[in-house]
Amino acid sequence: MKNWFPKGFFSRNETLVAVVIIGFCIIATISDPLFFSVTTLSDLLRASIVMGILAVAVMLVLVSGGIDVSFTAIAVFAMYSSTLIALSIWPEMPWYIIFAISISIGAALGAINGILIAGFGLPTLIVTLGTLSIFRGFLLTFIGSERISALPPEMREFSRMMIARGTTESGNFYSLPWAFAALILVIALTWFILQKTMLGRAIFAIGGSHESARRIGINVKATQFFIYVYVGMLAGLAGIIFGSMGRMADPFSLVGWELSVIAAVVLGGARLIGGYGTLTGTLLGVALIVLVQNSLIVIGIPSTWQSVTIGVLILVGTGLPAYQAKRAAAKSA
Amino acid sequence: MVSKTTGAFIDMQQVTKRYAGVVALDDVDFTVMPGEIVCLAGENGSGKSTLIKILAGIEHASAGEIYINGISHKKLNPRVSSAAGVMVIFQDFSLFPNLSVAENISFSTQLREQRRIFNSTYAKNLARKALERIDVDIPLDAPVESLPVAHKQLVGICRALACDARLIIMDEPTTALTEREVRSLLDIIRRLKSDGVAVVFVSHKLAEVMEVSDRVVVLRNGKKVADGPASDFDAASLTRHMTGRDVIEAQPSPLAADAKELLVVKNLNKTGVLTNINFNLKAGEVLGLTGLLGSGRTSLAKAMFGLTKADSGTLTLDSKKIALGDPVATAHAGIGYVPEDRLTEGLFLTQSIVRNVAIGRLDRHQKNGFLNINNLISEATDWLKRLKVKTSNIEAPVKSLSGGNQQRVSLARWLARSPKVLILNGPSVGVDVGSKAEIHDLIRDLAQSGIGIIMISDDLPELLATCQRILVMRSGEIVDEIDSKSTNEEQLSHRLAS
Repeated sequence: MKNWFPKGFFSRNETLVAVVIIGFCIIATISDPLFFSVTTLSDLLRASIVMGILAVAVMLVLVSGGIDVSFTAIAVFAMYSSTLIALSIWPEMPWYIIFAISISIGAALGAINGILIAGFGLPTLIVTLGTLSIFRGFLLTFIGSERISALPPEMREFSRMMIARGTTESGNFYSLPWAFAALILVIALTWFILQKTMLGRAIFAIGGSHESARRIGINVKATQFFIYVYVGMLAGLAGIIFGSMGRMADPFSLVGWELSVIAAVVLGGARLIGGYGTLTGTLLGVALIVLVQNSLIVIGIPSTWQSVTIGVLILVGTGLPAYQAKRAAAKSA
Repeated sequence: MVSKTTGAFIDMQQVTKRYAGVVALDDVDFTVMPGEIVCLAGENGSGKSTLIKILAGIEHASAGEIYINGISHKKLNPRVSSAAGVMVIFQDFSLFPNLSVAENISFSTQLREQRRIFNSTYAKNLARKALERIDVDIPLDAPVESLPVAHKQLVGICRALACDARLIIMDEPTTALTEREVRSLLDIIRRLKSDGVAVVFVSHKLAEVMEVSDRVVVLRNGKKVADGPASDFDAASLTRHMTGRDVIEAQPSPLAADAKELLVVKNLNKTGVLTNINFNLKAGEVLGLTGLLGSGRTSLAKAMFGLTKADSGTLTLDSKKIALGDPVATAHAGIGYVPEDRLTEGLFLTQSIVRNVAIGRLDRHQKNGFLNINNLISEATDWLKRLKVKTSNIEAPVKSLSGGNQQRVSLARWLARSPKVLILNGPSVGVDVGSKAEIHDLIRDLAQSGIGIIMISDDLPELLATCQRILVMRSGEIVDEIDSKSTNEEQLSHRLAS
C-alpha cells in the first residue's frame, strides 16, 4: 500500500472529486442501466468542451493569485463579433479564419484586462467585474443584440466534422466532434506552459508570493499581462466553438457561466489565494459539474436541484480538505 | 577584479536617499571587502533597510556612487544586482511556499541564465550542489511551506549560493531562530567566508553575530555613526552608537518575602505536547519561561490561557479554579496573554491605535447594548499615555508604529483590564535596543505594582534582566528551575542547550 500512491493522495481534492464521480456513475448505472454507454460518454465529452477550455483558462488565473470573471463576456463578444465580421465581409470564410478572428478579438479584450491589472496594478476581481459589464454592454449596445441563426456555412460545417460517430447496439446514436480536439490541444499547450517553461513556473511563483517574485527579478507585469491575454484567447476559442456547436450566435448566451466554471476549478483543488492548481483537478472538476448539469435526472434528482447539488459539492469538496488541514494544525500546536 | 582604489567588492560613496522630503540615508559611505563579514547595526528607522534595498536594486539612491566589483552602477535593478553577485535574504526569506525546495533554490539562477524552458533535473542538480556546499540535508521535493523556519532560511541561503553570490546580505537573520539554530547558522557563515563569500548581517540582535563579524558599521537616523573592526565594539558601546545614549539594563527587582501565591498550575497535561507541568507564581514576580523552539513554551502559554484545551490538570488563580480551554473565562478571571506574533495574533493592524486598546474593554463600557464611546476612548487614551506610546495621532493605524510601540499598545490593551497575571510571549521580538530596555523597565514596574508576570523568551539577557526565576522547558516538560541571581548568560545558555 505504502508506495502505490503519492504522499497525501487521499487528502487531495482530485481524489475526492474522482471518488464522487465514480460513485455518481455507479448510482446512475444502477438506477438506469442505459446510463453506462458510449452515448452518455460522448454526450458528456461534448458538453465539457466549452466549459473545459474556459476552466483551464480560469485555473491559470487562480494559480497566479488572481481571479477573472470577465471571460464569459469575452467569449460571447469574440464569438458574436467574429460571426458578424465573417457574414458581412466574406460569408464563405473558412472556419479556421473565423476561429483565428475570434481568438484575436479575445486576445485584444484580454489585453485590456492585462493592461489594467499588470500595468496599473489594480485588483483582479474589481477589474474583471468591471470589464465583464463593459464588454457585455458594449456588445449589446454597439455590435448587436439580435440572435443570428444563419451562421456562416463553414461554422456549421465545422460542427459537423466528427472524430467518431455511429449507433450503438441498442440503437442509440453517438458522436464526438472534432471540436473535442481543441480541448485536448488547449490542455496539452497549457500543460507545457505551466510545467515546462519558466513562464509557467513564474505564474506559480507569482501566485505563491507576488513580492518574492518581484524581488528575485521575475518580470511580474509581463507575466500577468501574458496570463490575461492567454485567458482572452482561450475565451475567444471557447466562444466560437460554443457558437458553432449551438449553430447560433446568441449575444445573450454564456454570460452567467462564470461561477459554474470557477466552481469547477475550485472543486479541482485550485486555491483562491493562488499558487495551487492542477490540470487533472480542473478537468475532474469540470467532469463533475457537467455530470451534475446533465445527468442529475438519471439518479432521480429533479434538475431544479442542480445548483443546490453543485453548492453542496463545493462546500464538501473544498471544505473537507480545509477542515482536515485545520484539525491537523490544531493537533500539532 | 576588484576596485582599483580600495580593493572593495562593494564600494558605496556618499549615498543619499530621500523619500518625499524625508532623508532616509544621508551621505553614507559603505564598503565590503571580498570574504568579509560585516555587521550593519542600527535601530528601526536608522536607514539600514534602505541601504540594503539600494544595494539589491529595489530602491534607487537619490545621490551618490555605487561600485560593485570596481564597476560603477548608475542604476541598479534586482537583475543587475544579482548578476553582480549581490544577494539579499530578506527577513521573510522571499520564498515561494507553494514550490519545492529545489525550485526555490534554482529559480533565480534559471532566470539569470535566461532560460525559457524549465528543466527540473537541472533545477535539482543546482539545489543539491548548493545544499552540499553548506552541508545541509533538506528533501528537494518538499514544498517550502512544510519546512520549519530555520530550514526556510537555509533554502534562502542556498538560493543565493546557487546564483554564485559574492555577497550575501541577511536581514535580521536570527530573529526567528533559537540559540542552537543560530549556532549552526554561524557555522555556515564561517564556511562561506572561507569560500570567499562576503556576508553583511543587518541586525539589532547583536551579541549573536558579533563573534563572527570582522567589522561593524552603525547607522543612526540615516547617518553612519561608527565603522570599525568588530573587536573595537562591545555590547555597551554598540548600544551607545545605535541609540546615541547609554542604555543601562537594570536588575530584576527583588521579590517581597511575604509575596502571596497568585497562580498555581498543577499537573497540566496535553498528550504529545505537555507533560506534568507544575509551577506557581507569586504576586509581583516575573517568572521566565524558556526553551528551544518546539520545547512547548508557547503551547504551555496557549494551554494556560485556554486557547488550546489541556487534557488534564488545574489552574488556580487566587485560590479560584479556572476552567481549562476557555479563553474568555480565563481573561475574565484576570489572566492576560500577549502573543508572540503581535502582527498576526495580537493587533488589528489597520485599525487605529486607540481602538486597539479600547477593544478589550467594550463589555465594561456598554449599557443595555449601547456603547459609551467617550468613556471608552478616554480610558484607552489614558493607558496609551501611561505606557508612553510615542505617537502624534492616536487615530493612526497601529501598523504605522515601530515594533516597540506596537508592543506597548498590546500591553495597554491588557492593562486596561487590570489583570492579575500577564503572560508575555516574546515581548521584545522585533523591538530595537533602546525600546527594549524601556519595555523591560515597564515589565519590572508592572511586577512592582503586584501583577504576576510570566515571560516567555529565548533572549537570555532579557530573561536575566527581568526575571527572578527562570523555568527551562524541553519536549513539553519543565526540566530545570533556575534562580536568575545565581546564574549568568553563559551558564544559562549551556543549561538550555544541554
